[in-house]
Amino acid sequence: MDKFNTLTGVAAPMDMINIDTDKIIPKLHLRTIKRTGLGKVLFEEMRFETDGSEKPDFILNKEPYRNSKIIVAGDNFGCGSSREHAPWALLDFGIRCVISTSFADIFYNNCFKNGILPIRVTKDQLDALMADASDTENPELTVNLVNMEIKRPNGVTVPFELDAFRRECLLDGLDDIGLTMQKGDKIDGFEAQQNQAQPWLNSGPPA
Amino acid sequence: MAAPRTLFDKIWDAHLVDTTEDGLSILYADRLLIMEMQPQAFEGLRMAGLKVRCPDKVLGVMDHVIPTHPRDQAIEDPVARMMVQQAYKDYEEFGVELFDLMDKRQGIVHVIGPEQGFTLPGVTLFCGDSHTATHGAFGAFAMGVGTSEIEHILATQTLRSPKPKNMRVTVDGDLSIGCSGKDIILAIIGAIGTAGGTGHVIEFAGSAIRDLSMEGRMTVSNMTIEAGARAGLIAPDEKTFAYCEGRQRAPKGADWDRAIEYWKTLPTDEGAVFDKEVTLEAEKIAPQVTWGTNPEEVAPIDGVVPDPADAPNEDRRRMIQRSLDYMGLVPGTAMKDVAIDRAFIGSCTNSRIEDLEAAAAIALGRKVADGVEAMVVPGSGLIKDEAEARGLDKIFMEAGFDWREPGCSMCIAMNGDNIEPGQRCASTSNRNFEGRQGRDGRTHLASPAMVTAAAVTGRLTDVRELETRSIE
Repeated sequence: MDKFNTLTGVAAPMDMINIDTDKIIPKLHLRTIKRTGLGKVLFEEMRFETDGSEKPDFILNKEPYRNSKIIVAGDNFGCGSSREHAPWALLDFGIRCVISTSFADIFYNNCFKNGILPIRVTKDQLDALMADASDTENPELTVNLVNMEIKRPNGVTVPFELDAFRRECLLDGLDDIGLTMQKGDKIDGFEAQQNQAQPWLNSGPPA
Repeated sequence: MAAPRTLFDKIWDAHLVDTTEDGLSILYADRLLIMEMQPQAFEGLRMAGLKVRCPDKVLGVMDHVIPTHPRDQAIEDPVARMMVQQAYKDYEEFGVELFDLMDKRQGIVHVIGPEQGFTLPGVTLFCGDSHTATHGAFGAFAMGVGTSEIEHILATQTLRSPKPKNMRVTVDGDLSIGCSGKDIILAIIGAIGTAGGTGHVIEFAGSAIRDLSMEGRMTVSNMTIEAGARAGLIAPDEKTFAYCEGRQRAPKGADWDRAIEYWKTLPTDEGAVFDKEVTLEAEKIAPQVTWGTNPEEVAPIDGVVPDPADAPNEDRRRMIQRSLDYMGLVPGTAMKDVAIDRAFIGSCTNSRIEDLEAAAAIALGRKVADGVEAMVVPGSGLIKDEAEARGLDKIFMEAGFDWREPGCSMCIAMNGDNIEPGQRCASTSNRNFEGRQGRDGRTHLASPAMVTAAAVTGRLTDVRELETRSIE
């Protein structure tokens, strides 16, 4: 996983609530055995006509947003399914950060596993950032994970919060499986105790 | 004396392997269900040289991409075939049990977990699918996870997670005739919204929940995620125990007695505090049907399509307008005046035997309306067998419904079953998102009885106006 420290890039305004995982990546593209290559179908049904041509009004089809690294979106971003293909598609397109007033829990969690930073802000802050992103002359934001703040084009900073473990993992690009495997003794201990108390949980498939 | 705890608190506490200094918990995973949609998790293990820590606690299924035509026909779609072949390969290489496509026990992951006794009260259960909340109907903590989390569970049998908050939704009173668990959960989502439970797990309580069968409870818990909560729970009781007893993976003999004893300690203690409480009266719930493109956009069948002008704020107004444009509906239209082209009975929400019975009781002696295409997809091979033993298949086929092999089918529409652009489908599934059942298709979510009523009349219909017939 790539480390996340600071990120400066074009922010695409998506002023719409409840952008669900089916919108982020339609289900037919979940039929893959890979994690990569999904950027070309990110937001497919909003972004392309059925014949594959671009819908000119969609934000990522317009300059300067074709190279967006950040999305600023309405409430409840990522609601719906658990598909990790949603953050994979964002990442593959080049999006490393999504800013919204709220995120669906599973999507939020999946972002951190892929080096994407989801940032929760207040409604007032979102309105300001949405306006910044909508300024086609200068829609760049700078996200600083070390200081936990977003720098707006006018120089004003917007602070945000994030729990320490997730912040560390993003900053260091850490793999949490490795960290958990270091707790092997504790897992062994838990299993021994549970086997005593609830032996039926360990019986496996019937012979 | 210890502080009173919720059902969720008790299960959480009983599975804590460790709590790290920053408040994240490492939680033991008693059960993992996997399906053909996450080959990347096995690929991750392979790349890191890791093995599956407890293959006995993992069960492999295939349900999302498989066709619902007879099983002796080959899978024609090369991509679907590749996904299935990859699953066979992965499960075998990592020693995970699999119900293959010819196995009668094969079916939708959230149907067969309970059916096999793999799902039990008090367990933690995870699966790479957001409708994993279904299993919470047994008083389990069951939650959908992403592919990376599956990989983490496969390797360590644990999950790292902050503890969600407790929320309780209480539904008291008697449910009206013609209403089911589906109407309860749609009414709840309509009341609290698609983000109403975000950050929480929801315990469903109250007499209307207790009065539901296990099938009805699974339908309620199944759609918890549509209210934003990753997990739903319902206190285990005698109905739960009766459902579990004798199932293939359920405890037997002395273990069974010990299990029951433990399970009886699980329900929420008197005086336990919830972070959020919501109450609904069952009597006020009418049969529900969605009009928009997320499950909170729902109305009673005797209601009308709403007017965006009445929305509480600008965000909401634009959302409703977008939904109506997509759905091709005009404000003020009576829900009962909406004509349909397709009807789908199935999915992890509503494909169990009780759902098929409710649908058959409406289908019996009636015909699918002219111009409507209707299908029934049972949740598992065992349910299909039971339905056929009781003649439900004949009722459906005589009425003009297609009777299919089990799978997710037109709930997610990635197996070749889908609706066409502009078509309108009454569906017992769980999501009415744009494009969910096929690009530019329009979905109206409702209960099995309501969808069957729509199929035979050709429009959204109040099932209470149709006579329910005895299928015995």
